Amino acid sequence: MTALVGPTLEEAFEADRRSAPPRRRARRRAWLLPVWGWVVILWLSSPIIVMIIFGFNDGRGKVVSPKWNGFTLKWYERLFVYNDLTTALWNSITIAILTTIIAVVLGTLMGVALGKWRFRGTGSVTLLLFANIAAPEVVLGAALLSLFLSVGVPRGYLTILLAHVMFSLAYVVVTVRARMAGLDPSLEEAARDLGAGPFVTFFRVTLPIIMPGVMSGALLAFALSIDDYIITSFNNGSTQTFPLWVYGAAQRTGGGVPPQVNVMGTLIFAFGVLVALSGAIASRRRA
Amino acid sequence: MNGELPPDLVRGLTQARMSRRSALKFGGLSALGLALSACSIAGTKGKGGNLGGQAWREQIDTFWSQQKKKGHLDFENWPLYIDVGKKASDHPSLDLFTKRTGITVTYHEDISDNSSYYGKIAPVLSAGQSIGADIIVITNGFELENLFERDWLLPLDQSRMTNFYKYSSDLVRDPSYDRGNVYTMAWQSGITGIGYNPKLTGREITGWKDLLDPKFSGKIGMFNNSEDLAAAAMCAIGVDPETSTPADWKKAADWLIKQRPLVRKYYDQSYADALAKGDLWATMAWSGDIFLKQADNPDLKFVIPEEGGVIWTDNMCIPVHAQHPLDAMTYMDFVYQPEIAAMLADYINYITPVPAAQPIFAQDAKDATTKDDKAYYTNLSSSPLIFPKPADFARLHRYRVLPSTERKQWNALFEPIYQS
Amino acid sequence: MSARRIRSRLTPYALVLPGWLWLVIFFVVPTVSMLSVSTMTGNDLDGFKQTFHVSTYKDAWTQYHTQIIRSLEYGLAATIICILIAYPVAYWITFRGGKYKSTLLFLLLLPFFVSFVIRTQSWQFMLDDHGMVLGLLRDLHLAGDHTQILQTSTAVVGGLVYNFLPFMVLPIYVALERVDPALLEASGDLYANKVTAFRKVVFPLSLPGVFAGVLLTFVPVASDYVNAQILGGARTTMIGTVIQTEYFTNLNYPMAAALSFILMGVLLVGIFLYARLLGTDDVLEMAAR
Repeated sequence: MTALVGPTLEEAFEADRRSAPPRRRARRRAWLLPVWGWVVILWLSSPIIVMIIFGFNDGRGKVVSPKWNGFTLKWYERLFVYNDLTTALWNSITIAILTTIIAVVLGTLMGVALGKWRFRGTGSVTLLLFANIAAPEVVLGAALLSLFLSVGVPRGYLTILLAHVMFSLAYVVVTVRARMAGLDPSLEEAARDLGAGPFVTFFRVTLPIIMPGVMSGALLAFALSIDDYIITSFNNGSTQTFPLWVYGAAQRTGGGVPPQVNVMGTLIFAFGVLVALSGAIASRRRA
Repeated sequence: MNGELPPDLVRGLTQARMSRRSALKFGGLSALGLALSACSIAGTKGKGGNLGGQAWREQIDTFWSQQKKKGHLDFENWPLYIDVGKKASDHPSLDLFTKRTGITVTYHEDISDNSSYYGKIAPVLSAGQSIGADIIVITNGFELENLFERDWLLPLDQSRMTNFYKYSSDLVRDPSYDRGNVYTMAWQSGITGIGYNPKLTGREITGWKDLLDPKFSGKIGMFNNSEDLAAAAMCAIGVDPETSTPADWKKAADWLIKQRPLVRKYYDQSYADALAKGDLWATMAWSGDIFLKQADNPDLKFVIPEEGGVIWTDNMCIPVHAQHPLDAMTYMDFVYQPEIAAMLADYINYITPVPAAQPIFAQDAKDATTKDDKAYYTNLSSSPLIFPKPADFARLHRYRVLPSTERKQWNALFEPIYQS
Repeated sequence: MSARRIRSRLTPYALVLPGWLWLVIFFVVPTVSMLSVSTMTGNDLDGFKQTFHVSTYKDAWTQYHTQIIRSLEYGLAATIICILIAYPVAYWITFRGGKYKSTLLFLLLLPFFVSFVIRTQSWQFMLDDHGMVLGLLRDLHLAGDHTQILQTSTAVVGGLVYNFLPFMVLPIYVALERVDPALLEASGDLYANKVTAFRKVVFPLSLPGVFAGVLLTFVPVASDYVNAQILGGARTTMIGTVIQTEYFTNLNYPMAAALSFILMGVLLVGIFLYARLLGTDDVLEMAAR
């Protein structure tokens, strides 16, 4: 989800550079549209603002208090007090990294193949990818669980990883393939004319050009993996990931979460924003 | 979009479907399907038990005679279910145990409900591995029954249960769900009744029928597990859950369906917070939770419904492949000494399995130096929520016990209600 | 044929193979496996055997058709509300964004850097009976003392709309972005006013984006159940929760598998209708953005 930002921002930057539409006579109710837009943006941001603010809320209890009790940094200090929360976060991060690596490798290969050649399998592979993206998470998770049950595979870290690569792969393929569409075939031809073999061509010509697409796909895979709840909850056994832990904690205490969750959410959010901003600035500088 | 069918659609609808490729694909999938149809999912019966088969019952004495004290044990329990000292991680009763027996205890509070905990340990036990705990606490009900059926619990060493047989109450000795205490020793018992806030309801609540009052619409809470829910409904219609028939279940389900429009949510343990905050006015509740929440909100009250309430017992038991079984037995019998039972009951506020704790509290009340302490211990020793009277027991019923192979109809009736 | 040409003919297949294999093993085979499980009978204790027992599907529908239909209803409601909210926003960014388009999009998508579970729980925190939203409404005399937002279908649909809005905004934005400004100029030259220009030029050209957005939104929304679990109460349960319970609490694998298939079947029918109307490649392109 978050990495839709990447390619879309790229496009938006280009759109910015296109000339603005010609000036029109001001309409009476022209202000409705911006007001609506800003209201929606505010509405979308409100729980995040609340999360960030209440990560600083003091309180006696173990869960976030709805009343404001004063500013404190103590939850930032006591961030790793809950061992299983820390383990869950670590699991989420490592699984996301591994998923990204595997999905990007497999997905880029597939995306390049689909974007460059028209071969007999194109249609059915595309259908497969489409079905994978369109299928509801519940069904993906439940089906994989059925398989593991039938074959007798115990659920845990490995099964989570297998599941995560499975549902991120198609997104990487689609992103890379879209990027391939803009690849000028004459560049590769030129490389071949200069005597470069297929591997050299790929790594020195193709890959650098499609790199933004690959990076977008990587970001997408990472974001999908680290945030996944439904598919993971079907295939995790007793291994915990961050979303699972947060959800379980709230269910146990009847709606409250430890403030550490808000703090971790804030930190992950800040990190994600930094990455996206630097990516956007880098692409702006490149163009 | 403009009144004409798009050409792609027309083409797609009229084109011949089967080509060689798709026939091949179809054939491949069918072959796969047939191959998978030969698959099956293995059952959990007989898998993982320490000493497989019927023979273990004869071998159990030999097993226990070979056990040695290891000096450590791992105890898995529910949250807020043990005494606490100055810090939340201090447990005076455990420290006392270590001092007196030399056995250290690692205490975990990972059990938040029976079915999810069972779901967590079942695959491990089924694979013949240790779950890493020596004592676990499971409520009498479907999950405990599942554990019995699959031989996943160690039969206890009866010779090491002297305190148990000396001090345990009638309720937990030789209970109907575990005759002869083969596998379990009770930790605490509790009552499922009704918790309510008279300031919000405007009147006293006396029975399940009050939870059908349309005036409370949207402010009633019920439990989201079928055992409690069904048992409550059966009490409401005047049937004893333990001896109920499928016809009774149907009537109970109808009662619940009639009530459903008034229910705000089917809760797990979070109903207590909701009641204390005022989200709920009256709710199905566990006795100890209300006792505890009264500290936050003194208006709260608990009542055993006049049609009947449900009594349940959380039981200590030893899973198979436990690493320290003898140490576990030592602890389990240790807590039946009245003084220890009193230490626990002081904090836990559920029904202690040791009636002899009551005179201890009465004595504490007499010896109390402050007025608050005196009131507290008097309240504790006379509370029917900690020491129910015989008349209360007459109104309390146990859950229906169903073997796992016979639950289909039960689930089909009650699941759609709390999963509405 | 030279070895080189054979190799180059096989290259695409070789490149596609690893990923394809992964998907076949962990997506196609499990789906077929689930179909197989749905016709098994047995129980957790003795195991499940394949008996081609098809009436599980009938039982599944009898017991849980309410939840299935409700999931579809919530899905439809949330999707329509998403369109109504997202379209003006996408239009605003495209045509009024000027040089701030990227910033606005960024601000719009910013909240989704936070985990979905945390976001939804933050809403639960805010919408609590004694929380900030109702407190404010009560101060403004817009809500009574006993008004509640949580544990209603409104809260659930609201949560669904909130969590899936970007899936609708982005495709519509992309489609609107592709509208050639020259077309708008041309319509102006032909004396069309703004409303007519929108109706006859912009809106029809944006429809593929709307369709893509519907596709990307309806399926996840109808099959989501976490929003219902966190924000909902009685009578808001969605079919995903039921599937989870059947798998993990009742250990009734055939029933769980049958329910999953019923859900997938219903959604697939809708998807194929869309795919036929648009052609799969187009939708994938939309999805790629």
